[in-house]
Amino acid sequence: MNEIALSAKDFTTDQEVRWCPGCGDYAILKAVRKVLADIGRPPHEVAFVSGIGCAARFPYYLSTYGFHTIHGRAAAVASGLKLARPELDVWVVGGDGDFLSIGGNHTIHVLRRNIDLNLLLFNNAIYGLTKGQYSPTSAIGTRSPSSPEGSADSPINAASLALGSGARFVARSADTLQDHLPEILKRAQAHKGASFVEIFQNCIVYNDNAFGPITDKTAGPDVVVRAEHGEPLIFGKDREKGLVFDPERNQFKPVVIGDEATRDQIAHHDETSLTLAQALAVMDGPGAPMVLGVLYCAPEATYRERLPENYRTKPLDRSALSDLLLGAAASR
Amino acid sequence: MLDKTKNDTTKIEAKRTQEPIVVRFAGDSGDGVQLLGAQFVRSAADSELNFFTFPDYPAEIRAPAGTTFGISAFQIQFNSDTVLTPGDAADVLIAFNPAALKTNLTEVKTGGLVVVDEGTFNKRGLKKAGYDADPRDAGLGEHQLLSIDISKRTLEAVAETGVGRKQAVMARNFWVLGLVLWMYGQNRKPVNNWIDKKFAKTPDVLAANKAALNAGHAYGETMELAVQSPASPLHVSEPYRVITGTDAMALGIAAISSLSGLETFYCSYPITPASALLHALAKIGSGIRTFQAEDEIAAVCAAIGASYGGAIGVSAGSGPSLALKTEALGLAVAAELPLIVINVQRAGPSTGMPTKTEQADLLMAVFGRHGEAPLPVLAPATPGECFDIMLDAAKIAIEAMTPVIVLSDAYLANAAEKWIVPDAEKLPDLRPSRDLPDESNYHPYLRDDVTLARNWIIPGTPGFVHRIGGLEKAHDSGDISYDPNNHDKMVALRAEKIARISERCPPAEIETGAEEGDVLVIGWGSTYGALKTAVDNLDEAGHAVGHLHLRRLWPLPRGIEKIASRFKKVIVAELNHGHLRRLIRSEYLIPAEALNRVSGQPFKIADVEAEIHQLLNR
Repeated sequence: MNEIALSAKDFTTDQEVRWCPGCGDYAILKAVRKVLADIGRPPHEVAFVSGIGCAARFPYYLSTYGFHTIHGRAAAVASGLKLARPELDVWVVGGDGDFLSIGGNHTIHVLRRNIDLNLLLFNNAIYGLTKGQYSPTSAIGTRSPSSPEGSADSPINAASLALGSGARFVARSADTLQDHLPEILKRAQAHKGASFVEIFQNCIVYNDNAFGPITDKTAGPDVVVRAEHGEPLIFGKDREKGLVFDPERNQFKPVVIGDEATRDQIAHHDETSLTLAQALAVMDGPGAPMVLGVLYCAPEATYRERLPENYRTKPLDRSALSDLLLGAAASR
Repeated sequence: MLDKTKNDTTKIEAKRTQEPIVVRFAGDSGDGVQLLGAQFVRSAADSELNFFTFPDYPAEIRAPAGTTFGISAFQIQFNSDTVLTPGDAADVLIAFNPAALKTNLTEVKTGGLVVVDEGTFNKRGLKKAGYDADPRDAGLGEHQLLSIDISKRTLEAVAETGVGRKQAVMARNFWVLGLVLWMYGQNRKPVNNWIDKKFAKTPDVLAANKAALNAGHAYGETMELAVQSPASPLHVSEPYRVITGTDAMALGIAAISSLSGLETFYCSYPITPASALLHALAKIGSGIRTFQAEDEIAAVCAAIGASYGGAIGVSAGSGPSLALKTEALGLAVAAELPLIVINVQRAGPSTGMPTKTEQADLLMAVFGRHGEAPLPVLAPATPGECFDIMLDAAKIAIEAMTPVIVLSDAYLANAAEKWIVPDAEKLPDLRPSRDLPDESNYHPYLRDDVTLARNWIIPGTPGFVHRIGGLEKAHDSGDISYDPNNHDKMVALRAEKIARISERCPPAEIETGAEEGDVLVIGWGSTYGALKTAVDNLDEAGHAVGHLHLRRLWPLPRGIEKIASRFKKVIVAELNHGHLRRLIRSEYLIPAEALNRVSGQPFKIADVEAEIHQLLNR
């Protein structure tokens, strides 16, 4: 497919980027442009559909086809586009408001239908464009203009929701992890069916450092497990920690290898296991790391592949139309 | 009570009549009244008769048997001549139980015949219907009563077939059908053919239904019930079929893909009464793609996505559905994409009366979006026109790159009439121009000088990648723009684009009646038959009354003002509190009067006539 070498520049528009300086969206944009160039599909075969919010401005900065729609509905618009034009590489971009609040219904349904879309959730755990109200992924107690005494809502675990919705590809990464995010995006694009990528994204103005040190070069390794299929779930600066299954609490717990468990006892990642994926997605407790990477990848037939053959036919010609109109018409 | 069939007073003189005949069936939701009606239609169509039907049913699927709120009715008017309505009142009512009699007696003409199933007029049945005493004892006033133990006779008729009692009782509708076919001299053969096909897998049910049909027919013959068969209609040389508004609309949607060469992408979320359209299209399958979305908003958004991708997105629903789609319609206006949104109107507000008809969504369709978001609104007048209106909608949507709203209603959707099948070869060409503009100066909001439509370049086209969306665009580059003068210009451009549609469409014309004179009756949508008939009647009586019926509600067709100026008074008749009247008044400063009814029921011709009379005399 990659007949002409493309560069990130080929996917860059003449539009001035209007995000706040230091916004995590810049890093994601950089990664996406690089990934699109690496994948090598010509820009006209790629379409980005977005909803409303800071993240949703994304299509304006990519020289592909792009549709900036309405709040929460990008997945629905993209579904129609992909079903009408299956040959296009269609991406959906939205924030936590778009995907999990106003458009939550579309998120769960596009995933269970398994329409071949690449869905990128920019999760910054705050409403940026409307000036800083708490979002469906904000931690309990988040102080914001709409929750001056702290929010009372429990946050949604996006990856867990996606898995529960029947997604066949669920991954996590973070904005500035340029040694991680591009690979995850490539995996998502290559996956046939709906692929859901939660990208932790820093909102420097309204929710700075919401995800703590996970993107920090020095502190990050101690709080992040980069899950890889078939590999042990190990983390720590010196890769001295790992995850073992704790039968008392029926969930994973972090241990120091050697002290609390042997290397052989460390669990291995199996991205085809839904049970494992859910356990990693919802892991919490003292010292529990954040699991990034492809949590789950188990392809199955896409929506289009499941459709009966006659739903994929071309328009009727006039003679077929004539037969249809006549139906059981009496003619004498 | 004795079988009263031998009473001579119930006999009707045998005659061949030119007068239209109106028959109404009423029973429990589970009695198969709608099926009975549809089968009677089959037979009437086979005789080339003209007819118009009115299925009038509750929202409850199976309300408790014998109660008044579970009664489902089916009315048909048939004749050798043109028939435009299901008739104001029935010549004959067949009531399957006391509740059906109670709720439907008012629908019978003075002197009309009421047939009841005596087997259901027991203590329990009367009590459930809320009767303290058997209403038959006192007689039915001006109406003739024919009390037959249909239950018992059906059970006897099907005894040999081996079906269980429940199934046997279910065959009552075929017994009644047999009787009615006898009464109106109609052929049983089309019904028998249908039974053969429908019940091929259950031979006992097949046999029971046929036995009941024949027994009902034989009963009419044995009792020497008079036959009143309609005069032979004029022979129709073109192929015709029975069609409901829903079926016509489904065929119209299928035809769009064929005539435009574009895929038709139909997205909807189930809602009464529009769901039937989804069923009809899903059944057609080939050439159309149907998508049952997770909600109304997803339905219209998926349709918009498909249109963005070069298909024709169509999304249908009823009342609340259109309310939920308003934001997405604004997007389609801003993004300037072709789209068809159908609203099969029903009685509101809120859930209202989901199976009943109303025309109270017109102003929502015309104005119900935030911002200046004009779009064309069309309305078919008859079941058959539901086909044509879809082609018009597609033509306008593609030509002007705009969403179009089509307003049907519950009455049109369910009503059936005889439809002359159009010749597919003669239907219009709806293929859009796919000429690519000059690549070097391209932007997505380049416009056609005449239609002002922007170019429609679909994703996948090399050399033309572009971004569109709901943000305001600079008129000369398509880039996001907050420039005040640009916004003012874009608002004006979008309005002008819609206004110009009426320049390309034929002007308004008088439908029937006087071209000038005392009263001009303006209507729209499904009230066509009642209004035309009323005006024809007044015209025959020597009054100078004209009828103007609008299919294009926005932009309004040219020439309305001129026509109105030829009449002393203008009255706008509609099933709402004056939506079109407000449009007419505000657009033309005409002091139009109102003829409104918001009962969930279609207009009665007599009521329309009476109100116009009042206006004539004022």
